[in-house]
Amino acid sequence: MSNSLRIPLFSGLVALLILGTGMVQGWNSALLILNMGLVSAIMALGVNLQWGFAGLFNVGVMGFVALGGLATVLIAMDPVGPAWEAGGLGILAAMALGAATIVAAILTFRAAPARWRGWATFAVIVVGFTIYRSVFDPARTAVEAVDPAATGFLGGLGLPVVLAWPVGGLLAAGAAWIIGKTALGLRSDYLAIATLGIAEIIIAILKSEDWLSRGVKNVNNIPRPVPDAVELQADPGFIAFASDWGVSVVDAANISIKLGYTAMFSVVLVALLILAQLALNSPWGRMMRAIRDNETAAGAMGKDVTRRHLQIFILGSAVCGMAGAMMTTLDGLLVPSTYQPLRYTFLIWVMVIVGGSGNNYGAVIGGFLVWWLWVQVEPMGAALLAAVTSLMPEGSALADHLMGSAAHMRLLTMGLVLLLVLRFSPRGLVPER
Amino acid sequence: MLNALVALMNFVVIPATAYGAQLALGALGVTLIYGILRFSNFAHGDTMAFGTMVTILLTWALQAAGVSLGPLPTALIAMPVGILGAAALLLLTDRFVYRFYRAQRAAPVILVIVSMGVMFVYNGLTRFVIGVDDQRFADGERFILSANAFRDWSGLDEGLALRTTQAITIVTAIIVVAALFWFLNRTRTGKSMRAFSDNEDLALLSGISPERVVMVTWLLVAALATIAGTLYGLDKTFKPFTYFQLLLPIFAAAIVGGLGSPIGAIAGGFIIAFAEVAITYPLRKILSYLLPEAWEPAGLVQLLATEYKFAVSFIILIVVLLIRPTGLFKGKAV
Repeated sequence: MSNSLRIPLFSGLVALLILGTGMVQGWNSALLILNMGLVSAIMALGVNLQWGFAGLFNVGVMGFVALGGLATVLIAMDPVGPAWEAGGLGILAAMALGAATIVAAILTFRAAPARWRGWATFAVIVVGFTIYRSVFDPARTAVEAVDPAATGFLGGLGLPVVLAWPVGGLLAAGAAWIIGKTALGLRSDYLAIATLGIAEIIIAILKSEDWLSRGVKNVNNIPRPVPDAVELQADPGFIAFASDWGVSVVDAANISIKLGYTAMFSVVLVALLILAQLALNSPWGRMMRAIRDNETAAGAMGKDVTRRHLQIFILGSAVCGMAGAMMTTLDGLLVPSTYQPLRYTFLIWVMVIVGGSGNNYGAVIGGFLVWWLWVQVEPMGAALLAAVTSLMPEGSALADHLMGSAAHMRLLTMGLVLLLVLRFSPRGLVPER
Repeated sequence: MLNALVALMNFVVIPATAYGAQLALGALGVTLIYGILRFSNFAHGDTMAFGTMVTILLTWALQAAGVSLGPLPTALIAMPVGILGAAALLLLTDRFVYRFYRAQRAAPVILVIVSMGVMFVYNGLTRFVIGVDDQRFADGERFILSANAFRDWSGLDEGLALRTTQAITIVTAIIVVAALFWFLNRTRTGKSMRAFSDNEDLALLSGISPERVVMVTWLLVAALATIAGTLYGLDKTFKPFTYFQLLLPIFAAAIVGGLGSPIGAIAGGFIIAFAEVAITYPLRKILSYLLPEAWEPAGLVQLLATEYKFAVSFIILIVVLLIRPTGLFKGKAV
């Protein structure tokens, strides 16, 4: 079966699944799945850029997604005036000092004679770190003391939330540059471990730097790019519109707001998909695949393998960051403790592998399919276990335990899907060629 | 002065030694798989969790039946069964998953992705059976040397406590490592494993059976992972997600020491553990004994908050990668 047949076939399957969900479980949940499916598809595109085009193994997707979430807060929230007065300047100064320390350390390492450059760099870092902490600590305490129940953080810039999407991409790109500079060019496993580490660190920062992201207190009520549900329900024009369609005002409001998100996300997805397709078929895309398939040969042809890897690693991470910003916009809140590597890193990998690594359409289809499965496995697993336990005696401890564990069916199923696809169809549903 | 030394021992040296021993055992497992099977096993943390889970379930059964080791934790009796459980799981996985890719001579990165799938499955299995919550299963005597007893004996202000679990961790780790090195250096099977790790083709030519070497490796890994996991669980608590997170310090330890080098794994484990504990521990108490009163620090002198302990292993990892990518003990870096 050729790809020109597979792509419409599997896209149709996705459409059918979502329409089916709408008919059986209601349009609200179908749109919920569709919107997160769009975001997942964008994340899968980003990972496919890195893995499918260039063979780079990034297991820090969660970190880049979380940076996108942080961008939403930094762009869209209103600035907290008293907090800025209390310690805003101090924090900015501390950040500048921290950056200066790192630059100074790098310069020292480069300039000092080889014999004592290790110690000189170490000394610069120690001195710089001490100064940084002495400026940073009082400023942070001051900021976090400003009405901690409601704010206790600096807030953002108060700009339209849509701006956060490209900014999320930029933040993720910056983080990717740091990682890529150190870990690319070494063996592939090292990049994996390094990205795993940076993701955990980014989550730790979001969880514990209250002045930045309110930490585990979460940021609620991030401004939305679509009308507010309550306002919409009070709008007389909308009430008339809803009664024309014969649905309740609440349902109509919920569904039209979700459709708004769907439209915006679809525009981004389609634009990125077109760009990715153009890139894949351009000379640049051919070069990337040549490097992926044989680094030595590509290097011998004069291609700078490490630089090209750095380039595509940054691009892919930026796409993930953008998707992360979109996801936080959709949720309307930033909850750092919900970032779990199994959900935000490894699930995206399942999407890319199942969909077909190296094929952009495959990644998008995989994103939708696996997301749908991820959502639906839980009720399916519960139903299956209910059927199994109904054979057991009433009130048996084992039956209760099994029913309580239904939620963990997801991981098991995803692992099995990944292993089965890798074993029997390693090129995925829509192969590269 | 003595007080400072005792405080340092109590809050930094002893916990870090125990933690380092646990990391070293974990890193040994990772490094063995890397040396023989030639991939980074992402499922290692969850292998540890699975073995520990079997141990815990049996420990509970033994506790319910009234069996105990007196002052020692009951989990020590249950551990061999946990090892068997983990070994069965690993061998089954090898038979149905990894063997296929070995026969194909798949690229290492494919095996890493496969191990990711295996990780999902193990993780799901563990959560399915025992849930996601903290489980405590330590029993027996809590302290060998309690802080109060030490204070009465020495007359110092600072107490020194040695928990039973910490002592057991260190003793067990020494025994296990000694046994492992004896096995690798003195027995025929161990030697054939080292030959296989050094040069696969030469080893095959001299008649070493690859499947046997792989099987023995998985058995060793099951034992190392279960022991490391159980010791960690006894010392702290058992929570499946924590075991997954241990993956980072364990990998850092193995890479810092040099992937594929057993001695390196042990050294790396202790380096990571000492750095992590020393940097995230508030040093104020120790400094207050050492410095004259006027110099006494106002803050906690905690270099990094405890949440950033992963950052420590990460930074050490990055520095080693930048300066010496093969690790301290010249592992194999391709």
